[in-house]
Amino acid sequence: MGSCSSRAARIPDVDSIQRETGFSQASLLRLYHRFRALDKNEKGYLSRVDLQEIGALAVNPLGDRIIDSFFPDGSLQLDFPGFVRVLAHFRPVDVEDLRNRDPQEPEPLNSRMNKLRFAFQLYDLDRDGKISRHEMLQVLRLMVGVQVTEEQLESIADRTVQEADEDGDGAVSFLEFAKSLEKMNIEQKMSIRILK
Amino acid sequence: MDSAELAGKIVYTWLTLVLGFILLPSAFGLSLGISELYMKILVKTLEWATLRIEKGVSKESVLKSSASVGIIQRDESPMEKGLSGLRGRDFELSDVFYFSKKGLEAIVEDEVTQRFSSEELVSWNLLTRTNVNFQYISPKLTMVWVLGVIVRYCVLLPLRVTLAFVGISFLVIGTTLVGQLPESSLRNRLSELVHLTCCRICVRALSGTIHYHNKQYRPQKGGICVANHTSPIDVLILTTDGCYAMVGQVHGGLMGIIQRAMVKSCPHVWFERSEMKDRHLVTKRLREHIADKKKLPILIFPEGTCINNTSVMMFKKGSFEIGGTIYPVAIKYNPQFGDAFWNSSKYNMVSYLLRMMTSWAIVCDVWYMPPMTREEGEDAVQFANRVKSAIAIQGGLTELPWDGGLKRAKVKDTFKEEQQKNYSKMIVGNGSLNSELD
Repeated sequence: MGSCSSRAARIPDVDSIQRETGFSQASLLRLYHRFRALDKNEKGYLSRVDLQEIGALAVNPLGDRIIDSFFPDGSLQLDFPGFVRVLAHFRPVDVEDLRNRDPQEPEPLNSRMNKLRFAFQLYDLDRDGKISRHEMLQVLRLMVGVQVTEEQLESIADRTVQEADEDGDGAVSFLEFAKSLEKMNIEQKMSIRILK
Repeated sequence: MDSAELAGKIVYTWLTLVLGFILLPSAFGLSLGISELYMKILVKTLEWATLRIEKGVSKESVLKSSASVGIIQRDESPMEKGLSGLRGRDFELSDVFYFSKKGLEAIVEDEVTQRFSSEELVSWNLLTRTNVNFQYISPKLTMVWVLGVIVRYCVLLPLRVTLAFVGISFLVIGTTLVGQLPESSLRNRLSELVHLTCCRICVRALSGTIHYHNKQYRPQKGGICVANHTSPIDVLILTTDGCYAMVGQVHGGLMGIIQRAMVKSCPHVWFERSEMKDRHLVTKRLREHIADKKKLPILIFPEGTCINNTSVMMFKKGSFEIGGTIYPVAIKYNPQFGDAFWNSSKYNMVSYLLRMMTSWAIVCDVWYMPPMTREEGEDAVQFANRVKSAIAIQGGLTELPWDGGLKRAKVKDTFKEEQQKNYSKMIVGNGSLNSELD
């Protein structure tokens, strides 16, 4: 379509972003408009505050953690490629992609493993590759607020860590995390389909 | 010499024409039918353009979904279903998926942010500013578009600017003069006349076509008129059909001049910005105003900010605590002829007015609704929501519980606590932990 591609050309590095994330041009255009709409002062990048102003995100119990995942390594500015890279984790798994995949290339961002990695880093705040009991407690506390007592929360955390922990080190590594969720339909639970 | 004389003659004839055809009739509330003719031609042209676009596009079979459908496929099932839970199930590592998915969905598309940008049109209306998704179709269409640009910028714009200028100056001068008179019923009638004439002139300045429905419910003296807010033009539209006392902040610039002039002839309630924060002061002054049954009804926009006319956001309870009768009014603009929404972060007042004056026209419907009062056992918030629903239903707008001021303030924690409560009930609720029973 004539003018549609000329609009997509306004996005900087659109081809490399497309390769990296697998989004279609139309989806990238939609996301670019969304990025621009969130960037209220037209700075060209997003800050934490811009995301915190989204009402539905601010009331999400895990809202702050989700925002953290957009700003890895303490960075303060989120540019469009970074924005799309995180959203790419939630791209629905395309059966075509799976079949045509070149095993030499790195896994696409929306593979099962990468979706699990995204969920894992919501728990693993210090990025040491393990979810300790303490980190589990913190996430639980975020999700229940003040509704549950400390003792109840601790027993839930203990139980969960025990069930998933296989090598007995008192923490859940990524592989143990993945193994405990192997029966879960991750593809459906962690996918957002962009229409048109 | 000659060219100056010529220019002088042109300006003179121009002014006489304007005076004769537009100013005088509007002073008497008459209409010569010129605007109706213009609207008919405009509607025919836009219909033709729409047909051409549809013909051109159908070859490529592009599906255009309507503006109200979201861009992502949403799973609106409640938290229990989303967490695949029966009540009293235990916490699982995968629970975090539900919240993260909801969070990411909100990042891609949320109900509130989209309400602060102009509504997307289903079919193009030959204005460049609404040309978001539409592509080049045919030379005929482009020619009509060029013609439209010429007509709008070279014919309509000067006319409208002249009218606006005349209207505002007349308002300022008129109200100042009337303000010199002593308090009497004559002064009130004159002030009403001045207001109405100027409003009609200003509405012509925007080529406005307004349909008023249910005029029998027009707000009465001593009441409070409540309406949804899309732009400062809302005020103009409502005051063309009746006089109101306005409430609002003191502005600077053009608005400030108008505000100061208006208050000279008729008691409006203008607040300094610092005073607005003191809610008791505001409530007290408003109560005093409506207690006086001879004073004009107060006009309030409880949303507190301009929304893009596709939805109605949270009504602030302040206006509903005052007491008195509330007269709800629903205002709905037709976006096909011109986008009336004022995006205050993007455009300042003057550029907004210029955009208004270079659109085709402003067409809107105003519905007056039967008065409402607070019922027994109903608090201000519930009353506000009741009025909001009524307005939303009448105007065909969606209803949102969010606060339009979100773009300026943080959202309340109570919403988050509700979610946390629901979740806790699920994982702890039925005492699925042994420690509970011990």
